[in-house]
Amino acid sequence: MTLHTVNKSPFETNSLETCLRLVRSGHNVLLFEDGVYGASKGTRFENMLTEAMQNCKVYILLPDFEARGMQTDSLISGIETVDYTGFVDLVTASERVQSWL
Amino acid sequence: MKLGIMVSEGPYQHQASDSAYNFTKAALEKGHEIFRVFFYHDGVNNATRLTVPPQDDRNIVNRWSELAKQYNLDLVVCIAAAQRRGLLDENEAKRNGKDANNIADGFRISGLGQLIEAGIQSERLVVFGD
Repeated sequence: MTLHTVNKSPFETNSLETCLRLVRSGHNVLLFEDGVYGASKGTRFENMLTEAMQNCKVYILLPDFEARGMQTDSLISGIETVDYTGFVDLVTASERVQSWL
Repeated sequence: MKLGIMVSEGPYQHQASDSAYNFTKAALEKGHEIFRVFFYHDGVNNATRLTVPPQDDRNIVNRWSELAKQYNLDLVVCIAAAQRRGLLDENEAKRNGKDANNIADGFRISGLGQLIEAGIQSERLVVFGD
């Protein structure tokens, strides 16, 4: 299983879209830094992420989400939150890490 | 577990340097081993001891040095990227006829082979960058 990390806003780069296009079933995706902007409800990325979550899990780094003034009630349903320790656990639970820079 | 870290963004640029630090710290506190942190491209700027951030701001460079001291970390700066950006240790300053060096405590300058070795020796390689 691979952990995919996305650290840029989907409104800025296409790394989230590229990641979701290539992610395989059973993989994990972590949105952190500006990547967390993709996790709010009501944007054009909501459907894309909801569809991806049929086959894989999506996480956000909560400190980065909160640092940007967003609250978990605006999170797309199904997305889970982790802290830095949880980030470390996601890395060690995966066979490899793909950083979509 | 043995982990390798690569940082390819400078301090105070976006967030990669902070993320890498927080991740490395959390991994060490969980008892994992950090085989090496490799600073590449603009990431080499994390190793200059001449930064003077405002007192109420985090000192990214010192923070790395302190973590290295506490956990005996191997912080390696890519030599080619460092020379291009004016990051020198005593040997490199002498070798290139420069009048000063600026590498911070706990960092060392070496080649790209160190990144390859980190990739081979570590069970996971996590990349933080721009």
